[in-house]
Amino acid sequence: MDETIRTILAEHGHLPVEVAKIGDEDDLYQAGMTSHASVNVMLALEDEFDVEFPEVMLRKSTFESVAAIRVALGELTGS
Amino acid sequence: MSTETAIRVGTDVVAVHQVAESVERFGPRYLQRVYTEHEVMSCRGTPAVKAASLAARFAAKEATIKVLRPAGHQPDWRSVEVRRHSEGWCTMALSGHAAALADQAGIADLAVSLTHDGDMAAAVVVALCRSETGPHEGGHEGGEDA
Repeated sequence: MDETIRTILAEHGHLPVEVAKIGDEDDLYQAGMTSHASVNVMLALEDEFDVEFPEVMLRKSTFESVAAIRVALGELTGS
Repeated sequence: MSTETAIRVGTDVVAVHQVAESVERFGPRYLQRVYTEHEVMSCRGTPAVKAASLAARFAAKEATIKVLRPAGHQPDWRSVEVRRHSEGWCTMALSGHAAALADQAGIADLAVSLTHDGDMAAAVVVALCRSETGPHEGGHEGGEDA
């Protein structure tokens, strides 16, 4: 799952740094991800994992790190 | 009791080409998750012009959320709407969680200005907040008799 998350971040996160250099817990917004980019990341995650993020999960903290995204996807997929 | 007035300002910039890419990559799903029907209808013209208008609206939404200062989950993007009036000027319309946050902050009015030039779109939102304070609030020190 982490590899897929990182691939999506590389493609849609518009990060000014290499995703490989970002740690699991590093703040993606501090790393340069914008709110608009996080929408693209969310839509790409929905496509890849066949899930839909409900409104209650549309908070900055849901997408603030690779680890946070993994936890959110775990909640949505039940894995 | 007295009424205190405060001003909050939010601003944001969005790269137009990133919005164009989102429309291209995710199509109607991107539009439906982020923009209201009125907003999509307001953004007409060539794909480039439409992307610039959408980008300015996204900047207005983000600027408004900065003004609302949500502590928990963020309002749905669609609950922060740019309303375009027939004369061309725009206002913000809030609903749901966004409207509740505005009420909590005592926001009495919101003003918005949108702009775009080349690959950049931007918005500034100004909020007028009013809150009622009791006779012993507002920075006075000391006990009830002070």
